[in-house]
Amino acid sequence: MLTQESRPPGATGTRPADGERKVRISRVTPAGVMTVAGAAVGALALVWVLYERVLPFTGVLGFWVCWYLVFLLLYAVMARQQWDQRLARDRVTTVAFATGGMLALAGVFGVVLFALARGHDAVFHVNFFTTSMAFAGPLSPLNVGGVLHAIVGTVEQILIATLISVPLAVSAAVFLAEVGGRLARPVRIIVEAMTALPDIIAGVFVYVAFILALGMQKSGLAAGIALSVNMMPIVARASEVVLRLVPGALREASYALGSSQWRTVLNVVLPTARAGLATAVVLGMARAIGETAPVLLVSGVTKELNLSPVSGPQMSLPLFIWNYGHIEASSSGLVARGFGAAVALVLVVICLFAIARRIGGRAPGDLSRSQRRRLARSAVSR
Amino acid sequence: MGLRGTAAEGEEGNPTMAALARSGPTLTPDDDKPRPIVVRVSTGDLIFRSAMRAAGLMVLVITASILIFLVARSIPAFRSAGFSFFTTSQFNGYQFGIAAILPFSVLIAVIALVIAIPVGIAAALFISEYAPPGLRRALIAAIDLMAAVPSIVVAVFGLYFLMPRILGFDSWLAQHLGFIPVFRVTGPNSAVTYVQSTFIAGVVVSLLVIPIITSLSRQVFSQAPQGEREAAYALGATRWGMIRTVVLPYGRAGMIGASMLGLGRALGETIAVSFILTPIYSFSPHVLQSGGNSVTYMIANYLLDAGSLERSALLAAAMVLFVMTLGINVVAAIVISRSRSGATTAAD
Repeated sequence: MLTQESRPPGATGTRPADGERKVRISRVTPAGVMTVAGAAVGALALVWVLYERVLPFTGVLGFWVCWYLVFLLLYAVMARQQWDQRLARDRVTTVAFATGGMLALAGVFGVVLFALARGHDAVFHVNFFTTSMAFAGPLSPLNVGGVLHAIVGTVEQILIATLISVPLAVSAAVFLAEVGGRLARPVRIIVEAMTALPDIIAGVFVYVAFILALGMQKSGLAAGIALSVNMMPIVARASEVVLRLVPGALREASYALGSSQWRTVLNVVLPTARAGLATAVVLGMARAIGETAPVLLVSGVTKELNLSPVSGPQMSLPLFIWNYGHIEASSSGLVARGFGAAVALVLVVICLFAIARRIGGRAPGDLSRSQRRRLARSAVSR
Repeated sequence: MGLRGTAAEGEEGNPTMAALARSGPTLTPDDDKPRPIVVRVSTGDLIFRSAMRAAGLMVLVITASILIFLVARSIPAFRSAGFSFFTTSQFNGYQFGIAAILPFSVLIAVIALVIAIPVGIAAALFISEYAPPGLRRALIAAIDLMAAVPSIVVAVFGLYFLMPRILGFDSWLAQHLGFIPVFRVTGPNSAVTYVQSTFIAGVVVSLLVIPIITSLSRQVFSQAPQGEREAAYALGATRWGMIRTVVLPYGRAGMIGASMLGLGRALGETIAVSFILTPIYSFSPHVLQSGGNSVTYMIANYLLDAGSLERSALLAAAMVLFVMTLGINVVAAIVISRSRSGATTAAD
């Protein structure tokens, strides 16, 4: 069992028998690698001469953009000399797509690493996580004041948002996947459209409907409601996808045993999709926790710790960054606090994300290792 | 048996055939009726179904109520400004209109998409077609993580990391490609001329749009039927030939839909835009020139301090933005769901 699991999936059936050898279909050849490297180095040298010495160009980014274009050109020429046209075109597109993927990856890592690098000044002070900004002025050193009030606010607001949006979102997903009907199509399209809604619209909506119309004061509760408007469609869409993956045979087995639809959904469909649903919820939380625009208008700004979400303004981490990270608003000490809060926020998002990958990533009905063990134990004891 | 038709002999077991036969001219309907199939829905199921339907309806109700509240609040602004709301560039308590801020929003979104669509689709193709399986899972996770990175963290990255480094490129573009009207700048060739421009805002927004386009188009590409891929290979296609003839046509609607969702996201991006831009109130298409604006910028920065008429005007602008993005997103969702590739994911 163990040896089978350690091998890559699909390898079990293609075990080479005696006398048969597996054909290697690797596309990485020394010639191919050297062509890429040669084109890269050649382009670097050519662009350096032209860009820095011959032509009156300046600017680092412009240099690399030129380098990339020259590199693609050189690579195309070199490929054309070695291979026929079809193969050359294939190689050039491969390189172009690979660089696209790398550029996208560089974006993620650049953003995250930059926040971590600039925020380390603030986060290595313990008081940064244990005190609020109540007694810290704009010129206070970093060992006074912190983001405790913002962390508390973020946690409370995201819990409120989750409590409001998850029951609604999962019910809507059950409606889309299990009940259906004429209403399903417009609801699905609106849910899809709402996932890419301007994030500030949720804040504007809560501001208009709850604060202006109902006279509610700016508070953590209002921020939680605004976040739930953003979170709901995300969770609903992801949950519907998960519910659709539940095998129809399980439902039919349940119906064949005479259970009603709601029993089937409650006892068969939802438990089968449990891991996926949890992933959908956690991903929705990860998305909502970083939203600044919805809370900007409705939560109010404070420097003090406010434990109550229903009365008085309540800070949150994104809002903290918004207030302190802005270049005009602040001295460098405050900017450092903003970056510290960014580190805290990024770490929270990455943690939520890791949790989502941990519990999810399996198909519905696919049991985790502990679940399998429990099942085996109960089978043995019987 | 009572059946006297010629067409229905031996078909008693099949209700549809029996029904067909019954409608024939030679039949008398008196002695044979198909067994009616009665689905008895229990009370519990009825309650369950209506509760779930209500939850689904709730989505429509929320969307509708956003629209209703915004329309109701923006009536004073429209009453005061009339049609000039769409032709005025200024935005203050007396004169207001979206003639400058809405084109700016669109301009920033277009810049973001010009960068994000090629990079996003190239990344999606790389992940779904080129990357080895082990790397593929890691890349998918990275792109999903990128979609979850808070926009304010990206905004901070844009303001403190990207903007100082992009100025040289700006100046380079303006000096050597300045004959193209879009890249023209007026003013000395120094940082003051180039900072806080719509181009930089567009680049930062593109960082937020790339993961959306990448993950949506990757999902579509990975659904391209295996049989057709193998057929293309069997006919002697290279990998690029296979992608061009199988994957891209299969995923075309998905790519269009993903780009439109990205457009909606770019139009509505608030935080990154607010961090980068410095507000100006006359539209200029010179993207490298310092200064810009957007609907979301105005709302985020001025709504709370606005007087009642200006607030109404800002909410009217929000309403226009909401209707626009909702329209774009709905069309995108329909394009995706109508397509061949979308049919498998969202079929009833």
